[in-house]
Amino acid sequence: MSTEPQAPAAGNAPTPNPLIRIRGLSTVLNGKTIFDKVDLDIPRGKITAIMGPSGTGKTTLMRHITGQLAPDAGEVWVDGQNVVKLDRAKLFALREKIGYLFQNSALLTDYSVFENVAFPLRQHLDLPEVLVRNLVLTKLQAVGLRGAAELTPHELSGGMIRRVALARAIVRDPMLIIYDEPFVGLDPIALNQILKLIRVLNDTLGITSILVAHELAAVRLIADSIFLIAGGKIAAHGTPDELARGETPWTKQFFTGAADGPVPFQYPAPDYATQLGLAGAGA
Amino acid sequence: MAQRQSFQIGTGLFILLGFAALAYLATQTTSVANFSQGDSYDLKARFTNVGQLKLRAPVKIAGVRIGSVANVVLEPDKLDALVTLSIDKRFSKIPDDSAAAVFTSGLLGDQYVAIQPGGSPDMFKNGDEVILTQSSMQLEELIGKYLVGSGDAAKNAGDKAAGADKDKPPAKP
Amino acid sequence: MSTVRKPSYLVDGIAQVGACGLFLLQILAAIPSSLRHIKETIRQVWFVGAMSLTIIMTCGLFVGMVLGLQLYYVLSIFGGTAALGTVVSLSLYRELGPVVTALLFAGRAGTSITAEIGLMRATDQISAMEMMAVDPLAYVVAPRFIAGVIAMPLLACVFNALGIFGAHLVGVSWLGLDNGTFWSNMTSSVDVWKDVINGVWKSVAFGAVCTLIATFQGYTTAPTSEGVAYATTRTVVFSSIATLALDFVMTAFLM
Repeated sequence: MSTEPQAPAAGNAPTPNPLIRIRGLSTVLNGKTIFDKVDLDIPRGKITAIMGPSGTGKTTLMRHITGQLAPDAGEVWVDGQNVVKLDRAKLFALREKIGYLFQNSALLTDYSVFENVAFPLRQHLDLPEVLVRNLVLTKLQAVGLRGAAELTPHELSGGMIRRVALARAIVRDPMLIIYDEPFVGLDPIALNQILKLIRVLNDTLGITSILVAHELAAVRLIADSIFLIAGGKIAAHGTPDELARGETPWTKQFFTGAADGPVPFQYPAPDYATQLGLAGAGA
Repeated sequence: MAQRQSFQIGTGLFILLGFAALAYLATQTTSVANFSQGDSYDLKARFTNVGQLKLRAPVKIAGVRIGSVANVVLEPDKLDALVTLSIDKRFSKIPDDSAAAVFTSGLLGDQYVAIQPGGSPDMFKNGDEVILTQSSMQLEELIGKYLVGSGDAAKNAGDKAAGADKDKPPAKP
Repeated sequence: MSTVRKPSYLVDGIAQVGACGLFLLQILAAIPSSLRHIKETIRQVWFVGAMSLTIIMTCGLFVGMVLGLQLYYVLSIFGGTAALGTVVSLSLYRELGPVVTALLFAGRAGTSITAEIGLMRATDQISAMEMMAVDPLAYVVAPRFIAGVIAMPLLACVFNALGIFGAHLVGVSWLGLDNGTFWSNMTSSVDVWKDVINGVWKSVAFGAVCTLIATFQGYTTAPTSEGVAYATTRTVVFSSIATLALDFVMTAFLM
C-alpha cells in the first residue's frame, strides 16, 4: 500500500495532518459525473460543513469516506488509511471509530431506544450489563432523552429520533462523526437543540465533525469551515463569513438563492421547440 | 431482559413440540411401532414364491398380528425363498404342524404371512421350520389359469355345440 | 442512450437466479460470524416458527380431515377402506406435509421476512448496520435463514401429526372405521426412513429455498414502499414455484 500523500491540496490552504485527505477523487454514477478530480482536506477537531445544491453528491462523498462506495479513481485517506484499498475487516475496524448520523436516523425499529443506543456496544464489546447501562444512560442524558430509554422509536417525534440516533453515533466515542442532513424536517426548537449538541459534542469530546447540509443560516452558526461542492468540483472553500460574502458566481447564487446562475434551473433537455413539434411547423 | 427470556422459552417449547411431533410420527405411525414387541423367537419357512412380501410385514393368526417378517433370502441350492418369522414370545403355543401361507390383505393390500394352527400337541420352538407352506397367490397366474381353462372349455363347447354356448366368456377379449 | 439494452425477461430471469445463488453463498459465508448472534437466531426461530404454529396446526387438521373424507370415499369404491390410515399418512409424509407447510410458510413467514428486511433497507437500517461495522448478512439475513431451515421441518412434522389426527377423527370417530385397522395398516406400510425422514429432508430443502427467496427479495428490494410491495408478492410467487419444482426433482431422486 502506498503512503499517504503529503503535498497540499491544490487551491486549498495546506492543512497539517488532516483526518481526511482526498486526492483526485473521480466518480461517475449512471453516466453522470459526480466528482471530477476532487482534492479535499478535513482538519481534526473542527466542524467542517459540506454544502452544495441538491444532487451534487454530498452524500456520495460521505459514502466514499466511509467506504460504502468505491470511487472510479482517486484516494481517500482517513486517519492514515486509504479507504479505497481496505479489505472488509479493516474497513469495519475503521468504521467502528466513525459515528454516522443518517438523514432519516435509521434507528432499528425492532428495539427500544435503550437497545438502539446499546446496539454498537453489544455488537462489538463484551461489556458487563452494568457498564452498558451506565454508558447508554450517560449518552442519553447528553441528548436529554434519558427518560425515554424504554420507549420504542415510533413513539418519538422526529427531533427526538434524531437525538437518539446522535446518542447511538457517539456511544463508542468515535474520532469522527458524520452528520448527513441533520436539520431536514426539524422545527426551530429541535433544530437549535441539534445545533447546540453538535457544537457541544465537538468541543467537549474533541471529535472531528463533518456536517452535510444546505441550510446556510444553521450551518454558519457552528461550522468552522465550509466546502461548497458544485458541478463535480470544490466550487468554494473558506470560513462561513468568507463564503457568505459571495465573491464567486457559485457562492453568490447558492447563498442568495437565485434561480439562475452556474446551477441551471432547467434540467438538460433537447431543444424545447423541437420537442413540442414546432420546429418543422415554422418552415 | 425478561422479554428475551420469554422468547427463548417460547422458542424452546416450539422446538420441543416439533421434535415431539417427529418422534410421534416416526415411532407410532410407522413400522418402527411394530418393533416394540419385546422378546420374540424365530421360525423359518420356505416358499416357492413370496410375491411382494416385504421385511417387517405382519405375521398373523386368525387375522391378529403375532409378529413380523424378519428376513427374506433366496436359498442358493434349492432356489426357494427362506423367510424368517419373528414371533412374539407371548404367542409361544403354536402347534408344530401349523401351516404358513402368504396372503394379500384385500384385493390391492399388502401381503402378510398367515399361520393356520394345526393340531399337534408339540409346540414350535426357536429356530424351528414350518414345513407346511403355501406360496403367494399371484394374480397374473390366477388370471392365466382362468384364461387357459376357459379357452379349453370354450373349445370343447364349440366342438360339442358349434359355438352355441353363450354362458362362457370369450377366451380373448 | 445507446447503452440502454432492450429488456429481456429471459436474461433478467437468469440474472435473478444467478444473483440469488451468489446471495446463498454470501449467506453461507456469513453463517460462522452469525453464530455470535445466537440470540437473534433464537428470536427468529420464534418469529418464523412458533408464530406460524397456529396456521400450520389449523391447516394440518383440516387437510387431514379432508383427506380422510375424500380417500374414504374413493377407497370404499374398491372396498379398501382399511387402507385409509396408510394412504393418508403416506400422502401426508411424502407430499402434502412438506409442500403445504412450505406454501403456508411462504405466505406467513416468507412475506414478513421480505417486508421486514425490505423496510430495513428502505429506512437505511441495513446501511446503518454496515456503518456500525455490523455485517447485515450475519446479523439480519443469516439468522432468518437458519431459523427457516430449522423451523420448516418442525412445522411440517406438526402439520403431519395434526393431519393424522384429523384423518383419524373423520375415519374412525365419524365414519366408523375400526381403530385397530386404521393404525395397524398404517404401521405395517409406512417406513421411517423412506417416508418420514425423506419428508423431513424435503422440508429442510424447502425451508432453505423459501427463506433464501424471502431474504433475497427483501435484501435487494427497491427502497420504496412500492418496491417492498412488489418484493413481497414476488416472495410468495417465486417460493411457491420453487417449492413445487424442487418437490418434483426431490421426489424423482428420493423415491
